[in-house]
Amino acid sequence: MPKRTDFKKILILGSGPIVISQACEFDYSGTQACKALREEGYEVILVNSNPATIMTDPQMADATYIEPITPEVVEKIIARERPDVLLPTLGGQTGLNTAMALYEQGVLEKYAVQMIGADYHTIQKAEDRDHFKRAMQKIGLDLPQSALAHTMKEAWDALERIQLPVIVRSAFTLGGTGGGIATTREEFEQIADLGLQNSMISEILIEESVIGWKEYELEVMRDVRDNVVIVCSIENLDPMGVHTGDSITVAPAQTLSDEEYQRMRDAALAIIREIGVETGGSNIQFAVNPETGRMVVIEMNPRVSRSSALASKATGFPIAKFAAKLAVGYSLDEIRNDITKETPASFEPAIDYCVVKIPRFTFEKFPEAKDVLGISMKSVGETMAIGRTFKEALQKGLRGLEIGHSGLDNKLDFRQIPDEKIQWRLKEPNASRIFYIKYALQKGYSIEQIQSLTGIDPWFLDNIRQIVECERMIVQTTSGRTLSADLLRTAKQFGFSDRQIGALLGRDERQVRQMRVDQGITATFKLVDTCAAEFQAYTPYYYSTYEETDESRTSKEKKIMILGGGPNRIGQGIEFDYCCCHASFRLKELGYETIMVNSNPETVSTDYDTSDKLYFEPLTFEDVMNIVDKERPDGVIVQFGGQTPLNLAAQLEAAGVPIIGTPVEEIDRAEDRDKFSQLIQRLRILQPPNGMAAAKDEARAIARKIGYPVLARPSYVLGGRAMKIVYDEESLETFIAEATELSGERPILIDKFLEDAIEVDVDAVSDGTTAVIGGIMEHIEEAGVHSGDSACVIPPYSLSDEIIDKIRAHTLALSKALHVQGLINIQFAVKNDKVYVLEVNPRASRTVPFVSKATGIPLAKIAVSVMVGKTLPELGITAEVIPNHFSVKESVLPFSRFSGVDIILSPEMKSTGEVMGVDQSFGIAFYKSQMAAGTVLPKEGKIFLSVKNADKRNIVFIAKKLHDFGFELVATRGTAKVLKSNNIPSTIVGKIAEGSEEIPTLIKSGELKLIINTPSGVRGQSDMKPIRSLAVRCGVPSITTIQGAQAAVNGMEAIHHGDYSVWSIQELTGK
Amino acid sequence: MSNTSRNAIKPAKLVLEDGRVFSGTSFGADGTCTGEVVFNTSMAGYQEILTDPSYKGQIVTMTYPLIGNYGVNSHDVESCRPWVEGFVVKECSKIVSNWRASQSLPEYLREHGILGIEGIDTRALTMHIRIQGAMKAVISTEELDPVRLRELAVRAPGVLNQDLVKEVTCREPVEWNTKGKYHVVVLDCGVKWNILRLLQANECRVTRVPAATPFEEILALDPDGVLLSNGPGDPSAVPYVVETVKKLIGRVPLFGICLGHQMLGLALGGRSYKLKFGHHGGNQPVKDTRSQRVAITVQNHGFCVEHASLDEKEIEVTHMNLNDQTLEGIKHRRYPVFSVQFHPESGPGPHDARGLFAEFIRMCDRAA
Repeated sequence: MPKRTDFKKILILGSGPIVISQACEFDYSGTQACKALREEGYEVILVNSNPATIMTDPQMADATYIEPITPEVVEKIIARERPDVLLPTLGGQTGLNTAMALYEQGVLEKYAVQMIGADYHTIQKAEDRDHFKRAMQKIGLDLPQSALAHTMKEAWDALERIQLPVIVRSAFTLGGTGGGIATTREEFEQIADLGLQNSMISEILIEESVIGWKEYELEVMRDVRDNVVIVCSIENLDPMGVHTGDSITVAPAQTLSDEEYQRMRDAALAIIREIGVETGGSNIQFAVNPETGRMVVIEMNPRVSRSSALASKATGFPIAKFAAKLAVGYSLDEIRNDITKETPASFEPAIDYCVVKIPRFTFEKFPEAKDVLGISMKSVGETMAIGRTFKEALQKGLRGLEIGHSGLDNKLDFRQIPDEKIQWRLKEPNASRIFYIKYALQKGYSIEQIQSLTGIDPWFLDNIRQIVECERMIVQTTSGRTLSADLLRTAKQFGFSDRQIGALLGRDERQVRQMRVDQGITATFKLVDTCAAEFQAYTPYYYSTYEETDESRTSKEKKIMILGGGPNRIGQGIEFDYCCCHASFRLKELGYETIMVNSNPETVSTDYDTSDKLYFEPLTFEDVMNIVDKERPDGVIVQFGGQTPLNLAAQLEAAGVPIIGTPVEEIDRAEDRDKFSQLIQRLRILQPPNGMAAAKDEARAIARKIGYPVLARPSYVLGGRAMKIVYDEESLETFIAEATELSGERPILIDKFLEDAIEVDVDAVSDGTTAVIGGIMEHIEEAGVHSGDSACVIPPYSLSDEIIDKIRAHTLALSKALHVQGLINIQFAVKNDKVYVLEVNPRASRTVPFVSKATGIPLAKIAVSVMVGKTLPELGITAEVIPNHFSVKESVLPFSRFSGVDIILSPEMKSTGEVMGVDQSFGIAFYKSQMAAGTVLPKEGKIFLSVKNADKRNIVFIAKKLHDFGFELVATRGTAKVLKSNNIPSTIVGKIAEGSEEIPTLIKSGELKLIINTPSGVRGQSDMKPIRSLAVRCGVPSITTIQGAQAAVNGMEAIHHGDYSVWSIQELTGK
Repeated sequence: MSNTSRNAIKPAKLVLEDGRVFSGTSFGADGTCTGEVVFNTSMAGYQEILTDPSYKGQIVTMTYPLIGNYGVNSHDVESCRPWVEGFVVKECSKIVSNWRASQSLPEYLREHGILGIEGIDTRALTMHIRIQGAMKAVISTEELDPVRLRELAVRAPGVLNQDLVKEVTCREPVEWNTKGKYHVVVLDCGVKWNILRLLQANECRVTRVPAATPFEEILALDPDGVLLSNGPGDPSAVPYVVETVKKLIGRVPLFGICLGHQMLGLALGGRSYKLKFGHHGGNQPVKDTRSQRVAITVQNHGFCVEHASLDEKEIEVTHMNLNDQTLEGIKHRRYPVFSVQFHPESGPGPHDARGLFAEFIRMCDRAA
C-alpha cells in the first residue's frame, strides 16, 4: 500500500535518560525512525530529554524538543506544533506510558492527534495484565496461573489459589521494578506490599512460578495488510527467574525442534493479531517446561525494545526503521531489504552464525547491594558477540564485556573455591554464574548436577564443558612447546583469545599471536547478511571467526577506523557512542571511508547504516589488530570511545597502528601524575596539593602533610571507582585496605580536597595550534561529587568574568602544551577566587553531546576534522559560542534498583544517564532538568529540612523563600532552631536515630513533598539513610547538597511566579 | 538427555565436481556417497529435511552451523527413513537436549547408513553453490584423495533427466487412514507425511498410490480429489506421471505441491527449467496475487515452471516468489485444478500457507 497522505506531521517520543532497562537502544530505534520518516517526506517533531542521543541532533528532526517527557510538557509541545499523529512505540516504556497518559487526559483528542502503529486500546490490551490474560485465553493460549490484586487482602486471597512459590509483578512500571519471587509467606507479604506501592495504578499480578523453565523471545513484525514475520528467535541461557535483560541470551533458539518452534511462531502470530498491533514490531516472551514441553505466554511488548535492537543487530533486519515505514502505511513487501537490495523485507532472516548477548553489571559501584539476579533488571549495559559456534560467540562476548576476563578464563583457581560456594553461586543467579559453571566443571561436577543447580539447559552446559576440555588439552601441552596447529585452530574456533591461550601456556598475547600466524591461523571475516548467503549482500557488516574463507572486501580508499566504547557501564555510555557516530558522519562528509568497531548492540554506532563498514567485534588488542591487519586503515581514532579504546592506544601504537589525533604520549602525560604536575607548574597553574603513595606509611605522611580532608583513590581505576573523601587518619586506613583489595599493591593517589569549592568542567577543541572552548559548565553540586553525577549549567550562573577568563586562559594553555589535536576536557575547582586544575583528559568527555546541544556547535565533528588535518580557522571555528539561554544537565541515578544503597553523592560516579533542561531563565531550566530526571519539584505541601552545621547559614535563605511560597516546613531540632531565630516557622520532628517515626509516616502518607537533607560526616550519613531510602521507594525527591537546594529553590521560585514555555533546540541555537 | 558416545575422530572429505575440496570429520556412517549438493537455510527441522523424499539424489548442507542440538525423535519424520545422500554441517552437537529426543543425530545417520561430515565452512560452501550453481559432489570417509574423489563426483549421475521418483514412491496403494468425509488419492511421487497428516486433519480419507498408477486405476478409486505430491528431481524425467495428470485434468479436482505443481505445469503445456541453486528453506516470501497477502513459505525445489510457457487464457497465476519473481502457484480458469511450488504442509517451517488444504477440500466438496 502506498504511504499515507492523510497526515504530514508526526510526533515521536523518545525514552529520556539512560536508566537501567532503558538505554541506548531507544536512541538507535528513534534515530532510525526519524531518518526513515523524513526520507518519506514527513515532518518530524521529536521530544527527548536526553541530550546525549543522536536522535536529538538538530538535523534528525524538523523540531527537536529537549524537554521532559511528561504529559504536561508534551501537551505544551503538541499545542505549539499541532502534529497530526503520534508514533508512541519507539520511546520504550517512557514513550508508551506518556502517550497513554496523553490519551487518558484527553490531550490527543483535544488537539486531534491520532496514534499510529498501536493505538490506546492495543497498548492497554498488551500492557494491562488482566486485559492481556483475557486476550490470551480467548485465542486458546496457555499462561501461568495468575490473579490480580489491588490490596493486600486481595493478594492473600489470590495466594490461596496459586500456591507458593509465586512471582509478583507490579503493573505499569519500568523493567520490572517492584517485583520479586516469593517462596515464603513472609517474602510474599514484603514483595506484594512494595509492588503495590511501586505500581502507577496500585496493581500487582500474582503468578504461578515458572522459574527454571526455558525462556524464549520472538521478535514479531506486522504490517497494515496483516502480513506478519518473525525477525528472530532468542533463547535465554539463564532460565526463567532472571530478567531477560540480565540473562545471557542466544540467537537463534538452540534447543527447540522445528515443531516446537513453529508452535511458538503460530502463537506469536495469533498474539500480535489478537492484541491488534496494527503495524510495527513487538516482542513476545514464552516459557517452556523442559520436562514436558508445555509452553506458556509470559508477556508482550507492543513496541520496539532492547530485544528488538538486539534482534536487529543479530540479523541485519532493522526493526525500528521498518516499523516506522509500516506505521505510515507501507507493507513489508514494499520495503526493500537494504542488505540484499533485490529482496523485500517480507521474509524471515536466516542466520548462519550464533549470537550471544551478555549483560554488563556494576555491582562494584553499589557494595551494599547483593549481586543476585531476579526479575527486576540490574544490568547497565550489554555486549553482543557473533561466532560460528556458541562456544566462539560466548568467549568473544566474555572478553567484550571488559570486566577483566579474556574469555571463559580462570580468574579464580577452582581448587580454592569450596563446594558450598560453588553450589550457592550456581543455585542463586548472579553476575558471575557463568564462571562458576566453569569452576564446577573443573572441579568435576557433572552436567546433570550443574543443570539441577542452575536449571540451565544441558546443551549450553555441554558447550561450556567443551571449552573446559579444550583448555585442559592446551594446559597439558608440554610447557614451552608450541601447540599443534590442530589444537590451536580448535581453540581459536572455540573462541579462545590469544591472551587466554597465553595465560594457559605462560606466554604473552603477542607470542601466541605470532605462534598462530606462523601456522597460518588468522581470523577470517564473514558477513551478517540476513539470508545465510543465499543472496549477495551489499552491506559490509562483518564479524570475525576462524574459518576457511574470508569475505571482507577492502578498498583502496582513504580510510579511518573508529574504535567504539563497548558495553555501556556507569561512566561510559551513550555519550561516547554519540562522539563515535559524529566522527563517522563527518569523516564520510570529508570523503573518507569509515570503519566502525564496536560490540554494543544497543547503539547507533553498530547500525550498519552509520559507517561505511561495521565490524561487530570485542574491543581488545587482538580483535582490533585482526581488523587492522585486514583493512590497513590510514588512521585509527581512539579518543571518542571513552576509556576502552584509550586503554588500547599504547599497545596499538607500539604495533605500528597509525593513531590519529592527540599523540598517545600526550594522553599519557595528562594521566601520569608526575609528568602532569611538572607541566602544571611550568604553566603556572594551580593544582590542589597532592601526592602518590606506594605504601601505607607514605600515604599517611602525605595526607598529614597536605592536611585533611583529602581525596584518595587507587590508581588505575575508572569512573571514580572507589574514590573517597577522607576526613581523618582512621578513615584513611580503611580506605587503604579497600583499595589494596581492589587494585592490588598499586599506588594510592592523594589530593587535597577543596571543601565547598565550585567545580567547573570545560570541553574544548584544539588543532594543535589554537584551541576554541566548546562550553564552560558550572557544577551545581560542590567539588567532591563526581562530575558525572552532579548537575551543571551552561553558561556559568555564578562565576565572575575574571574567573571565567582565567579558566579560558588555562584551557588554551593546557591544550597547546599537550599538543591536543581533537578534544580536551578539563575539570577545575574554584575556591576563594582561585582556579585549580583537578584533572585533564585530552579526549572526548561525557559532556561533549551536552555542550554540543547547548551551544549548537558539533564539537565531535569539529574535533575529527582537526584530527584529519583541518585547522580550526579553516573550519570557521574561531570563537567560543556563549548561548543566550541556560542549559542545565542533571544526572539520573539508579538507586531505586539497588535496595539498601544510600543515595548520597560522592566522588564515585553512580549515575546511568543524564537529562537536559533549557530555558531563558536558569530557574526554569533547572526546574525542567529536575522534572526530566523524574523529580517533580513541588508547588505546595510539606518540606522537610535537616542540614549539617556548615549549611545552617545557607539554609535560612532557602527556607525563607520556601515559606514565602506557601510551603509548610518540617525540620529536625538543630535546623528548626536556626530557622526560628530567623523568624521562619517550622514544625520540629524527631530524628529516626532517636526512635521517632514522624518522618517515615509523613513520607508514606504522601504529605511530604520534598526532602532537603545534607548529611554531615559518616555519622550523619548513616542516621538519615533509612529516610533517604524510604524517600526513594516512595518517590519523594531528596536533595542532599545545599547547592542543589539553592538551585531547586531558584526553579520553584520561577514556577511560583508563572508558567514555563517549551523551546525547540533549532529555535534556541539557530540550527 | 544422553551423552553420545563417539568413535575416534574420523577424517572425511567433501569434493565438488569442479574440484573444490572441503575437509572435515565424519559424524555419520562410513563409506562414500555422491549427489547434487544443495544448501538449506532452515535453522531448525533437520530431521524433517533428512526424511523428505524430495532430497533423494542430493547432499544437503545446512547453512545454520549448529545442528543436532535437539536430537531426533520418532515423531518429526516426513517418511519412513532419511533419503538424503549425505549431510554437511559446521558442527554437530555432542549432546542431545530435548524432552522428546529418543536418539542422537549421529546415531540416527549411522543406523540408516547416511554419511555426515562436520567441521565444514558451510558458509563458504553455500557461497560457492550460490555463485557456481548447484553441482555434483562426493563425500567419503574411505577415500581421501581429492583427485579420485573429484572423478567420482564428475561421474555421479546427478539429478538432471533422472527419474528419482521411482526410487521413493510407494510400491503399491496404501491406505493412510480409513475414515473421512472426502476421499483423496495422493499420487505419491515421494510424498511428505505432513501432507497426508494435514489431509487427514481436514477430514479426508487418504489413499497413496504409486507414481506410475494409470489414471483409470486412480479414477476407479472414486476420489473426491487427487493430490499430486512433492518428490525429488527433474519433472521432465517422469513423463509417465505428466501423462496421467493430463488425463486427470477436468475429471477430478487436483492439487499439486512442488513436483506435483511442476508436473501439472508440464501437463498444461508449460515448460520447466532448472534453477541455479534452487530454493531450499523456510523463509521465502510468496505473494498471493489475489489477496496481496504474503506468506512465509517452505520451499524445496531445484526446478521451476516457466511463467511465460503457460497459456494465460487457461491458467491464472496465483502466487509469485517475491525474492526472485519465480512462479509459485497456478490455478486453472475452468477446472478445479491448482498447484503451488512451495510446501503448504511445512514440516519443517512456517504454517502460513496451510489454508490451502482447506481450499482444496472446498474444491472437492463443490465438485462432489
